[in-house]
Amino acid sequence: MNRLLLNKIILILSTLSAVIGIGFLFWILATLSYKGITSIHWSTFTHDLVKGGIRNLLVGQFTMAILASALAVPVGMMAGIYLREYGHGSKLASVIRNLSDVMMSAPSIVIGVFVFALLVDPFGGYNGYAGIVALSIMMIPIIISTTDNMLALVPKELREAGIALGGSKHKIILQIVVKAAKVGITTGVLLSFARIIGETAPLLFTSANNQFFTMDLTGQFPSLTVSIYNLATYPDEASRELAWAASFILTMIVLCINLIGRYAIRNKK
Amino acid sequence: MAKENLVMEIKDFSFTYAGAEKPSLKKINLPIEENKITAMIGPSGCGKSTLLRAMNRIHDLYPGNKYEGKINLYKADGSKQNILDIKKENDFIKLRQEVGMIFQKPTPFPMSIFDNVAYGLRLSGIKNRSELEGRVEKALKGAAILDETKDRLKESALGMSGGQQQRLCIARAVALKPRVLLFDEPTSALDPFSTGAIEELIAELKEEVSVVIVTHNMQQASRLSDYTAFMYLGDLAEYDKTEKIFLNPTQKLTEDYITGRFG
Repeated sequence: MNRLLLNKIILILSTLSAVIGIGFLFWILATLSYKGITSIHWSTFTHDLVKGGIRNLLVGQFTMAILASALAVPVGMMAGIYLREYGHGSKLASVIRNLSDVMMSAPSIVIGVFVFALLVDPFGGYNGYAGIVALSIMMIPIIISTTDNMLALVPKELREAGIALGGSKHKIILQIVVKAAKVGITTGVLLSFARIIGETAPLLFTSANNQFFTMDLTGQFPSLTVSIYNLATYPDEASRELAWAASFILTMIVLCINLIGRYAIRNKK
Repeated sequence: MAKENLVMEIKDFSFTYAGAEKPSLKKINLPIEENKITAMIGPSGCGKSTLLRAMNRIHDLYPGNKYEGKINLYKADGSKQNILDIKKENDFIKLRQEVGMIFQKPTPFPMSIFDNVAYGLRLSGIKNRSELEGRVEKALKGAAILDETKDRLKESALGMSGGQQQRLCIARAVALKPRVLLFDEPTSALDPFSTGAIEELIAELKEEVSVVIVTHNMQQASRLSDYTAFMYLGDLAEYDKTEKIFLNPTQKLTEDYITGRFG
């Protein structure tokens, strides 16, 4: 009797917790959709921030995220390949792996401060390059760990089979092992891209923000996330509406990239 | 036994894994007859796979292992080479093209059927498209898998059944025209029907190459092989013609293992 009662209580409690968690998520999404969709106009996409739109912000945010990926993906993948294929079992590799794991949970504002001291202060002002570097520092540890873990899933027999056909180690790694882990690594890249496209703290005082359309990375660079932060604090209704619209659009972008990433995994496995 | 019939000869060979204190193989002496099938049997951990993997030095993928003694490979031109002397990358590549290997689990590469078979050929420097096509077709034919694959050469090899994948791996190795093929329990992950097909294929292959096969399956060893080596605890306990080993072994240990009293 007692056991059945306990079973019921735990079932109810865990269901309740799940409902509360999901409830908040839907609350956020519902508020965001309601306020966001009603605030979106055609001009939101065609005008720059200075005229009440987010065109320059979207272009700026994507430019920085894409360039950050161009920096982080090769570095992260090569580091991951080193950890799994060459440094396996060595002391250096285990130190790097641990450091990289620690870096993954480093507060993003700290990375922002670090890049500020490195690339903003000495060069006399906020600039797009600093934002790109800050984002790629966030991204590299994620790529390292994905590459490392995905290569670990490739059976060692596949490497041996390549060697047994007369291949050299680097050819086998590049032509067979990485290819076998391709889907997992691509997914990791997509998910880490989704992660950095929505980051604010690393950009706040590195690239800062720009009201105007620009592709000049040496100056302040337009950012969607930093704009949301700024707009939400302005007193006027129009600014706050634009913040809602921008938040909704950003959420949809992140959601889409995540779904593509997850879909890719399921489809290819 | 006359030397000219040997393709490989293992002499006083000892092997110690990296970090291990005791050798896993102790002073092994074993001839490998040309164009014959040699089976290596023995309980798990006896060193038969270790010995097989020394014969194309696949162990060298992992650093720190220690070889002692000699493993001679007799070339087609009659010269001999101690493969334990190999140090240069190029010579390793040549060795592995002469001594191919098939693994327990099928190991198709994540590419098309054609590219799988062409992979080793391309590594060996063949770039001419029509030559590649000819060699791939011949290899697929040699591995008795041409009929099933000729209309889907561009499809991914990962979509094939386990038995087909294993025959593809054999085709891939055969394509390089090796002198020796090493099989490491090639059918233990396959169903009886696929096993039959692979065994038939191996029996046909000995026209062209010399075969060494590690197996846990006594019937397979007796059906397939001409010579059998029984290994126990890192020693070669007995080696002879397969009929002799299975019908009239000189050692009690061999008899006990073959009749299933242990192992």
